[in-house]
Amino acid sequence: MAIYLTKESKVLVQGMTGGEGMKHTRRMLAAGTNVVGGVNPRKAGRTVDFDDRAVPVFGSVAAGMQSTGADVTVVFVPPAFAKAAVTEAADAGIGLAVVITEGIPVHDSVAFTAYARSKGTRIIGPNCPGLITPGQANAGIIPADITKPGRIGLVSKSGTLTYQLMYELRDIGFSTCVGIGGDPVVGTTHIDCLAAFQDDPDTELVVLIGEIGGDAEERAAAYIRDHVTKPVVGYIAGFTAPEGKTMGHAGAIVSGSSGTATAKKEALEAVGVKVGRTPTETARLVLDHLDHLDLPHAARDVTHS
Amino acid sequence: MDLYEHQARELFEEHGILVPRAEVTASSKEAREIARRLGGRVVVKAQVKTGGRGKAGGVKLAADPAAAELTARQILGMDIKGHTVGKVMLAQPVDIESEFYVSYVLDRAAGRFLAIASAEGGMEIEEIAAGRPDAVARIHIDPAEGVTSAKAGEIAEAAGLPPQTVDVLVRLWEVLVREDAVLVEVNPLVRTKQGQILALDGKVTLDDNARFRQARWCAEGAAHDDPLEAAAAAKGLNYVKLDGEVGVIGNGAGLVMSTLDVVAGCGARPANFLDIGGGASAQIMADGLSVILSDPAVKSVFVNVFGGITACDAVADGIVRALDTVQLTKPLVVRLDGNNAARGRAILDGHAHPLVQQATTMDGAARRAADLANAR
Repeated sequence: MAIYLTKESKVLVQGMTGGEGMKHTRRMLAAGTNVVGGVNPRKAGRTVDFDDRAVPVFGSVAAGMQSTGADVTVVFVPPAFAKAAVTEAADAGIGLAVVITEGIPVHDSVAFTAYARSKGTRIIGPNCPGLITPGQANAGIIPADITKPGRIGLVSKSGTLTYQLMYELRDIGFSTCVGIGGDPVVGTTHIDCLAAFQDDPDTELVVLIGEIGGDAEERAAAYIRDHVTKPVVGYIAGFTAPEGKTMGHAGAIVSGSSGTATAKKEALEAVGVKVGRTPTETARLVLDHLDHLDLPHAARDVTHS
Repeated sequence: MDLYEHQARELFEEHGILVPRAEVTASSKEAREIARRLGGRVVVKAQVKTGGRGKAGGVKLAADPAAAELTARQILGMDIKGHTVGKVMLAQPVDIESEFYVSYVLDRAAGRFLAIASAEGGMEIEEIAAGRPDAVARIHIDPAEGVTSAKAGEIAEAAGLPPQTVDVLVRLWEVLVREDAVLVEVNPLVRTKQGQILALDGKVTLDDNARFRQARWCAEGAAHDDPLEAAAAAKGLNYVKLDGEVGVIGNGAGLVMSTLDVVAGCGARPANFLDIGGGASAQIMADGLSVILSDPAVKSVFVNVFGGITACDAVADGIVRALDTVQLTKPLVVRLDGNNAARGRAILDGHAHPLVQQATTMDGAARRAADLANAR
């Protein structure tokens, strides 16, 4: 079943005809994603050939949805145009907009995440690698060939740490991996993903990756305590990172003492989440957990160094 | 990017918020002239992008132009929490009747801006917020509506601010939106004995992502204190100098942060943070390596790449190319994993540089790099 994205998902790509859009549309198709169209008002009516598949270009998200029944859009447009692109997608009533674009002004992110919420559109990102349901579909730029389908759910602020863990746990595999993005304001949070994984019968265990800044991990810890019964294994990056720019008095008031890697690790451990010191140790903690979870003690061929 | 107080003051003034008369200078001689123009008696304020100026002796009252020159000379060049004072602002003193606090700041968790206001302004707003939270009003702003007069009235009333502050709250929101700021703070906002509402000190943090549409600030903040950071910035690299001895290069901010932690866990200190990004090319790799090798503190270098989108063979090509242009004087530990890892490892093996060694795991490579640094 997975979360947010399955093989039934019909995917549009806003910015498909640009360099990044072309490159990653090809990769998404190769991963089995049902990419049903691109969106570019200046190239409407044309088709773009990707190896063995011709993908039509629509003039708008609404037109693309009407012709294809698309329910997901992946946004690759440059930062200056991202707000308009997401607003258009929300107006068209699409269910999920995955915003890959990096460098979007935060005033724009604040505006379009609020607007999308009011229209019932889920945003993942911005500044994220997207999400993948291995073996079914890939919406974004996560490499599809480094892992396989399985029973771990993963939610992360960081792209490359997601890939690292996907790879370390490739023998077990993943239900869905969601890169929620590292920007201060994101449409989908750790908590949203924890809730979805908790309800997903295909997910047995959740890996939560966080990093310094904000208090999303602390909030996630409180949510786990109250609502999550599945095992969660955590990893936090940034214990030795230099102190970031202070946000003045106002920032300190909002975030309190939270925001440091230590505060996040302690918050997670306080609610029973095991937190690894390195990505590799985190993977090992996952394997230990799954060994305990396995009801029939069937021999599993899991070899990890 | 943080602005200096005098830049924040200028923005407030442009948006119709009353501020004290003031001028800024880097010269103590000129400070005397400015004081004369401002009526003799002035406050001399260090311009640094850090808090706690007053306690550090960076804000002083001068009774006359001669005293202003002397005070400016004392403050210019002063070190405040690692920031060297390059300029001072001289401002007319104000007869304060009461002090308030107002700000708009991004509330990450809510995904909205938050108005924070208190009738008890001044230095210790954090302590007031912690000790007596009721004294501080917090109101979220709907991005579609912004701060209207009605909203500003609501904020002022919740905080117990006088009605004249409503106009300031509306204009301060305009500063936030028009300048693409993530923080605007006035502390203190004062009512003078003459009944005027004045922004006495301010802090503005701009959104670096909005530079493309905020041309005015493009040149600002480009200055780096550290020469290595300046060299890296000139090459478009995301580099931060740290005080250790293991140079670190990796792809993706999360993985690099994680790499710093793993190196530290092996008993060595990372010398830097350097993220060569998602689709790093051979050229970026070569540039990054040359910056790190030019750091005299570096004793070993750890290149940690997970090939997701970046292909490891391109990274290996970059390392080989960098070795053609840079004299390698320090051992290099390379961990390549993920996309085209085997091809990347083969390229490095083929090059067979005596100072380059490979490790297959991140933890193992970190330990090797740490041991090499500690042995030198």
